[in-house]
Amino acid sequence: MQHTLVTLVEDKPGTLNRVASLFRRRGFNIESLTVGHTDIPGVSRMTIVMDCDQESAKRLAAYLYKLINVIQVEDLTAKPMVSRDLAMIKVNTSAENRAEIMQYVEIFRAHIIDISNTSIIIEITGDEEKINGFIDVLRPLGIIEMVRTGMVAMARGATSLISNNGKLLNELISA
Amino acid sequence: MLRTGAQIIWETLIREGVEIVFGFPGGNTIPIHDAMLEYPIRHVLGRHEQGITHMADGYARAGQKLGVALATSGPGATNMITGIATAMMDSSPILCITGQVMSRFVGYDAFQETDMTGVTLPITKHNYLVTNTHDIGRVLREAIFIARSGRPGPVLVDITKDAQQASIDWTPDDSPIQLAGYRPHPSPMPDKVEQAIQLINEAKRPVILAGHGVLLSKAMQELRMFAEKAQIPVAVTLLGIGSFPASHPLNLGMMGMHGEAWVNKAIQQADLLLAFGMRFDDRATGTTHTYAPKAKKVHIDIDLTEINKNVKVDIGLVADLKETLQAMLPHLKENNHDEWLSLINEMKGESAVRDIQNLPDNGHLYAAHVINDIWRITNGKALVVTDVGQHQMWTAQYYHHDEPYNLITSGGLGTMGFGLPAAIGAKFACPEKEVWLVAGDGGFQMTQAELSTAAQEGIKVNVAIINNGYLGMVRQWQEFFYDRRYAATPMRGPDFVKIAEAHGLLGIRVTQRSEVEAAVRKAQQTEGTVVIDFRVEKEDAVYPMVPAGASLDNMIRRPIPEASK
Repeated sequence: MQHTLVTLVEDKPGTLNRVASLFRRRGFNIESLTVGHTDIPGVSRMTIVMDCDQESAKRLAAYLYKLINVIQVEDLTAKPMVSRDLAMIKVNTSAENRAEIMQYVEIFRAHIIDISNTSIIIEITGDEEKINGFIDVLRPLGIIEMVRTGMVAMARGATSLISNNGKLLNELISA
Repeated sequence: MLRTGAQIIWETLIREGVEIVFGFPGGNTIPIHDAMLEYPIRHVLGRHEQGITHMADGYARAGQKLGVALATSGPGATNMITGIATAMMDSSPILCITGQVMSRFVGYDAFQETDMTGVTLPITKHNYLVTNTHDIGRVLREAIFIARSGRPGPVLVDITKDAQQASIDWTPDDSPIQLAGYRPHPSPMPDKVEQAIQLINEAKRPVILAGHGVLLSKAMQELRMFAEKAQIPVAVTLLGIGSFPASHPLNLGMMGMHGEAWVNKAIQQADLLLAFGMRFDDRATGTTHTYAPKAKKVHIDIDLTEINKNVKVDIGLVADLKETLQAMLPHLKENNHDEWLSLINEMKGESAVRDIQNLPDNGHLYAAHVINDIWRITNGKALVVTDVGQHQMWTAQYYHHDEPYNLITSGGLGTMGFGLPAAIGAKFACPEKEVWLVAGDGGFQMTQAELSTAAQEGIKVNVAIINNGYLGMVRQWQEFFYDRRYAATPMRGPDFVKIAEAHGLLGIRVTQRSEVEAAVRKAQQTEGTVVIDFRVEKEDAVYPMVPAGASLDNMIRRPIPEASK
């Protein structure tokens, strides 16, 4: 099953390496990992998506917690959350199918961000399923290349990541 | 104050209480070693960087304080790897300082450049690369704090030569360490303490599993009060030896692959296991599929990643053991588990007749005799360091420790070559203690160059080489599981007496049981390090033995000797 972990990390040299090394060392596979700044200077936020069982996700979250440069970690999988992925897809076009593509773009609420005589680049944002659906529609037209950012996620509601250490520990070790 | 980076290193170490550094110089530590001459620091020059790292480890474990090792970049630093990994597995607080090439050369494959923070990432608790003199003081303070606190471990600080050389205006900083993501001291979990107490008070066949964490948390007194109040027997892990007095009636002895049969049987029959600062290592549990099937399990460990890692537990408490036991003690019901204790006593049954100690002297010298005699002659008070292999298990079985911190051994990593340098480090930490190294002939040869260090430093370590001319533990596995095909295990060693003499030290050879006592006493009375070459039975095995991957109570037992049948 797909698990979504979110961590706040210190923005220091080597931090990404420490996180990535953990996956390798403990034998986990990353589906996607995104890193970017937060509103706090010196603190970055990672969203890590992995395909594993519940127990492995717990273990991994605990190991992340233990890293000195990791400030917070939370498994959002079972919690109400919103997640977004962004893709840029370059597609073959011709005079005949351009209108068809524009229609798909409209239906999926995507954007065209570049256009040439024989190709266009489409930008689409959404959860994974929506983007997968869009790609399926475009595939018969001939995808030249594609890039996805990987997922970013956030819990719904007014809460931020758990900051109470005792509560967090309890959550991380509960079987 | 105007200070060079090198001076800041020493001033920071001294402010943190460091008195001894185990080191080996090189091109990229010359500024550090040069500045050292101005400071009240004892520098012990090892013969190999693996040696100095094990020395720092032995020093840390024996003295319950930080051990510091200093090596140069490249090969000097990579030679430390085995020592760092050993300290990591056994939670030993050491600080490894390595010189690094000039910062402008970092990343350019300069002479003697190795990416040490990259290389040591998975085997350190944390590590740092310092390229700016202004960061040295802060980083060293953080590194020492991290190494010592929480679950201790090795921290490596790699400092470029230009950072060592540059001068800055520097004032020492004593402000509290601020590390946003590091929470080494979780508070006891009150609701879980309550749940655990309920299980404990209701248990009929409880066993305490005491590990290294008891010693690291200094919870010996609390453990004893706990065991005595509720009359719960205590089994110890290899690294937990000394956490509970061996002679205490509630001490069962060591558990695991070479644990006593009754200990493993008791664990398998228990209805409650109380794991105190231990991590259910595979050598302690046997296969986890059939491990303690009837037992509820309560696990207290300061490291959250140990909870539910190897064995699923009913209650996991992430907290300091000493504080948690203190919180539990007032609620612990006074109890007696007479029925359970006498059942365990029955299980001891025929073990005595299987014990090699009880065999009549047949002219052969057995390792068990040697170690048991050393125990007797040193009144069980020696600080014993071992290498890794059969002799290590025999030492665990036949040297009984009532005092804590008196057994130092490489448990988790099982590092051959650990013994001699660790013993030297331990002696520096505890000069008042009588230090004995028990080593095999194989492991001893791996780091025997450190005899030269002992001789140069005038340090006294009594070395007992259990010499059977084999890599004995591997030979034993070959005997039991590979049809006695002794591939690459027969080993012709050097004349250890002459090796000792070549270092200006006394060497003694012992081939008979009757000669053991005199040799041990001679070693005790001689100034300086003494090496005794005990020529023991060549094909003796460590019993009992749980084969790797088998159930804990599925043990290969010593065949009952004919005479006592």
